[in-house]
Amino acid sequence: MLKELIQQDYPYGFVTDIETDTLPPGLDENVIQYISSKKKEPSWLLDWRIKAYRYWLTYSGEPTWSTVKYPKINYQDIIYYSAPKQKTKFESLDEIDPKILDTYKKLGIPLTEQKKMLNVAVDAIFDSVSVATTFKHRLEKAGVIFCSFSDAVQNYPDLIRQYLGSVVPVNDNFFTALNSAVFSDGSFCFIPKGVRCPMELSSYFRINSAKTGQFERTLIVAEENSYLSYLEGCTAPMRDENQLHAAVVELVAFENAEIKYSTIQNWYPGDKNGIGGIYNFVTKRGICRGRNSKISWTQVETGSSVTWKYPSVILQGDNSTGEFYSIALTNNYQQADTGTKMIHIGKNTNSTIVSKGISAGNSTNSYRGLVRIQNAAENSRNYSQCDSLLFGSSCQANTFPYMDVHNQNTCIEHEATTSKISDDQIFYCRQRGISSEDAINIIVNGFCKDIFRKLPMEFAIEAQKLLEVNLEGAVG
Amino acid sequence: MLYINNLYVKIHGNLILNGINLKIKPGEIHAIMGPNGSGKSTLSNVLTGNPNYEIVSGDIIFEGRNLALQNPEERALGGIFLAFQYPTEIPGVSNAYFLKAMLNAKRKFCGFPELDAIDFFKIVKEKMSILKIEESFLQRNVNEGFSGGEKKKNEALQLLLLEPKLIILDETDSGLDIDSFKIVSTAIDNLKNTFRSFIIVTHYQRLLNCILPNFVHILQNGYIVKTGPRDLAAELEKTGYENSN
Repeated sequence: MLKELIQQDYPYGFVTDIETDTLPPGLDENVIQYISSKKKEPSWLLDWRIKAYRYWLTYSGEPTWSTVKYPKINYQDIIYYSAPKQKTKFESLDEIDPKILDTYKKLGIPLTEQKKMLNVAVDAIFDSVSVATTFKHRLEKAGVIFCSFSDAVQNYPDLIRQYLGSVVPVNDNFFTALNSAVFSDGSFCFIPKGVRCPMELSSYFRINSAKTGQFERTLIVAEENSYLSYLEGCTAPMRDENQLHAAVVELVAFENAEIKYSTIQNWYPGDKNGIGGIYNFVTKRGICRGRNSKISWTQVETGSSVTWKYPSVILQGDNSTGEFYSIALTNNYQQADTGTKMIHIGKNTNSTIVSKGISAGNSTNSYRGLVRIQNAAENSRNYSQCDSLLFGSSCQANTFPYMDVHNQNTCIEHEATTSKISDDQIFYCRQRGISSEDAINIIVNGFCKDIFRKLPMEFAIEAQKLLEVNLEGAVG
Repeated sequence: MLYINNLYVKIHGNLILNGINLKIKPGEIHAIMGPNGSGKSTLSNVLTGNPNYEIVSGDIIFEGRNLALQNPEERALGGIFLAFQYPTEIPGVSNAYFLKAMLNAKRKFCGFPELDAIDFFKIVKEKMSILKIEESFLQRNVNEGFSGGEKKKNEALQLLLLEPKLIILDETDSGLDIDSFKIVSTAIDNLKNTFRSFIIVTHYQRLLNCILPNFVHILQNGYIVKTGPRDLAAELEKTGYENSN
């Protein structure tokens, strides 16, 4: 099929470079070979992809245990390879839909950044290349590797080979198998022994920062005694023509290492009636391999029409710590099924889960979490807190905490609350001169403040604004 | 200042106020008394614009403006304050944060710059010392886990911070111990002047002994059955509402 395609004449008489680099929809082993060869990958990686693909074929379908509902996805309708597209260039912001600009303004995104995101020609004053180069230089000096996944495959093949799939095996689930077979690009980050990464790494500043792909792959390795704070995503509304997103993120922390991974996810959630929107099926997992290591996930999820995501930690090293702090906001017809897994293997391991779900409109918001204490996880502790805040009576909040304890010498605590923003609360604020929208923001910020504290300062302010924008009009 | 003309009000389809007439001049103190269910709280709610209450007919004019055309926050910013009978709890929101938002909404409306945290604490602490409220009060969540007395003290503090023009006290004296009662009446004493008006909804003589109303109105079945000087309150306490018609 692929051969035919390559050999056939283009019916319209000419072919641009961009279009010859795009495959027709559909997936088979030829497509995977094509992707791998386009990326000039070593043969072991092609084999790895093919193996994943064959696993994927053995699945009867997507996992069905979550609460999310969506129309059937036809995997043969998806385009699995497309070279970076030349986006339409705009000369000035006047050419952009005022609605988008309005949202950016509310989020307080600087003009130059707005232009960059919308692909508008940037003023000469703002030289993004030199900014990137400065950062790159600082990182190199510290010995930190931070690059696109494709570059890492070329430049650090041994590291990739050693760690790729070591936390999330290809056959972990339907979506990881698919991602492993066809992933396009992503980020790689390596912090060597004893290095404290001199800055917060953000995928936004990544050199060659290509737009996040549909099947993204992130791998972060923190060696002994190292520290990293990593930021993923941004608050600006992200639109994407690909409806299905299935990313995989793997984190490895060695002895005394700490990885703090913060996410703001704001993909297109669909319109007021639930039409359109991204399906976000993500597998994120970290392993605390060494003693005293620590992995901390913080997420603010406001986007996507369907979110299916459980950033987890395997606590293998003794005295290691896993944390999960989450705010998930759903409005209109959004569905979120998100939570975490804390797998305690080592002794004296500690995990903390704080989940805040905010549901408005006709949305469904579920926390789903597993705390497993294995036989040997002597003297381990978990604390879980799951709070839900509801707007109106058409939305839904669920909590599914699973506990699986195989060691008697452990301590597990679980707290859960559900509250509804009441008309009385809103009226009370309004009687004090505070508008309903500000009243909602005050209440929501109060509800979420424990999580905001866990985010890097700038991210926290952005996240706060993001919640405000997403809840506009949520109450009459 | 406030002029209520032949006001009829419904809640959930039931007519509660049946033709209220009331005129309040600047600096006047009006007490409204009456049995349970006579419409006292409805009057407080409709004056402040609670969306659950529907004006069927009649007018409420405050400083020349038709209140029916204003939403609750506009009325509040215009100077109407209701000390709630049952102040709502707002879990997760600290009192300091709430009070600052409230005060800054008012300042913004009046064209003053918003207060930063330092200036805000200076002002709020001054008001708290008048009311003898301890500082930990600010760190607690709005009314969450407050005793009845503490909730009323919080209302009194807000009253002092906002310095409104028309103050409606909805059974503020109910369920107060002697100390809290003193604090609340201190706040009111602090605010009394020749242009500020009060509507005091109460069952008891106690508060009226401190505040000394100019008029006492008896509300029954949704309208004012009797209006008299302050002695009327004392009289009521002896004879009850039965004989007031």
